[in-house]
Amino acid sequence: MFDIESYVRADSVRQAIALLKDRPEARLIAGGTDVLVKVRSGKVEAPCLVDIHDVAELNFIRVADNGDLAIGSGTRFSALAASPVILEQIPVLSTAVLTIGGPQLRNMATIGGNLCNGVPSADSASPLIALNALLTIEGGTGRRELPLEDFFVGPGRVALAHDEILTAITIKHAQYEGYAGHFHKYAMRHAMDIATIGCAAVCKVEDGQMRDLRLAFGTAAPVPTRCRLTEKKASDCSVSRDMLSEIAETVWQDVDPRSSWRAAKDFRLQIISTLAERVVRQAILNAGGSVP
Amino acid sequence: MNKTILFEINGRQKEIQVDVRQSLLEVLREKLGLTGVKQGCAVGECGACTVLLDGEPIDACLFLAVWADGHSIRTVEGESRDGKLSKVQQAFVEEGAVQCGICTPGFVMAATALVEKHGDAPPDRHQIRLGMAGNLCRCTGYETIVTAVEKSIRDKKEKSR
Repeated sequence: MFDIESYVRADSVRQAIALLKDRPEARLIAGGTDVLVKVRSGKVEAPCLVDIHDVAELNFIRVADNGDLAIGSGTRFSALAASPVILEQIPVLSTAVLTIGGPQLRNMATIGGNLCNGVPSADSASPLIALNALLTIEGGTGRRELPLEDFFVGPGRVALAHDEILTAITIKHAQYEGYAGHFHKYAMRHAMDIATIGCAAVCKVEDGQMRDLRLAFGTAAPVPTRCRLTEKKASDCSVSRDMLSEIAETVWQDVDPRSSWRAAKDFRLQIISTLAERVVRQAILNAGGSVP
Repeated sequence: MNKTILFEINGRQKEIQVDVRQSLLEVLREKLGLTGVKQGCAVGECGACTVLLDGEPIDACLFLAVWADGHSIRTVEGESRDGKLSKVQQAFVEEGAVQCGICTPGFVMAATALVEKHGDAPPDRHQIRLGMAGNLCRCTGYETIVTAVEKSIRDKKEKSR
């Protein structure tokens, strides 16, 4: 039996917000694959749970008339990976999502939970940051939007007030149309493992020129990280091997990995350089470019 | 903290009282006697507790029993018919895909989902491995398990001909 102090079920976002407001101690549970593991290990002691598992209004993948993609926070990874729209428009996200856990976990865990858990290794975070994803957050005082990049404030901490719920993740059409991307997760195993380093790149290539590059890493700093300096250096450069080498070199200035039992800092830096070059190269090829 | 849930277990409708703090694993084993559902790691890493929720594999150890309300759950106990093993179970026996046995019910359920839902192109050994990636076996080295799943898929195809 899980050590749960109290439990209340919400059937809608509005109800969940009201329940959170009334219960200063409460925490949300959706897919349960993070919260219940923490309860089991004692990291979270006797929580008061507000349950949004299977709340229908949070489970959707929509394409607006203008092409904007919206993903409900309660969407399960297996549903995301199987979505033809996601696979066609932003396959970098499908690739990333399929590296998470195994089939059972992907049938349970939600994308909103992955982001709100706030760990630097969240595999869905780096591709979504590279896609300039926008979050829709609803709370007692109304609705607001926030770039995903600004959502992560520290390890395990996100910019969410107590009575707020992440309801949707939006990728504007201008952020993916004409772009292509790539994702690679470096881990000890190919499944059921936490990333040593996760890397996502999204780019636009025209006439051999890098028009726009967006590069993001997981587990390369206390929070999922966008590599602004590297992006700036690479943008509007001719695509070449030299450019890729420069990316591999510059990227160290954008990251701040730590040593842990999983990998030493030096090893992570090595992987970061290698992945930056490889993942950007593949993203360029996926975008129809070539590397002379 | 009790709640009544109505769900389908191995093809039968069942209404039971569960404690909201209980996992589906605990309710299946302790309340319904379905001890084919094994507890391995209890944190969603080993897949020994795999059951099918509306035909999809999940880890029953990290799934609150109340979440089964209104859904269909299948465990290994419901897979044989009239004393005859399912195709997947039979293939596990014939290929020697079982050693100590504790991971086997979970593997059988994950394999069953894979066999039932694959499309026209049968999955190759690599795809089978991906489909079974949420289950750990510390005895067999997986080769016989993958072979058993391949055999189940072949047997299903022959039957449908």
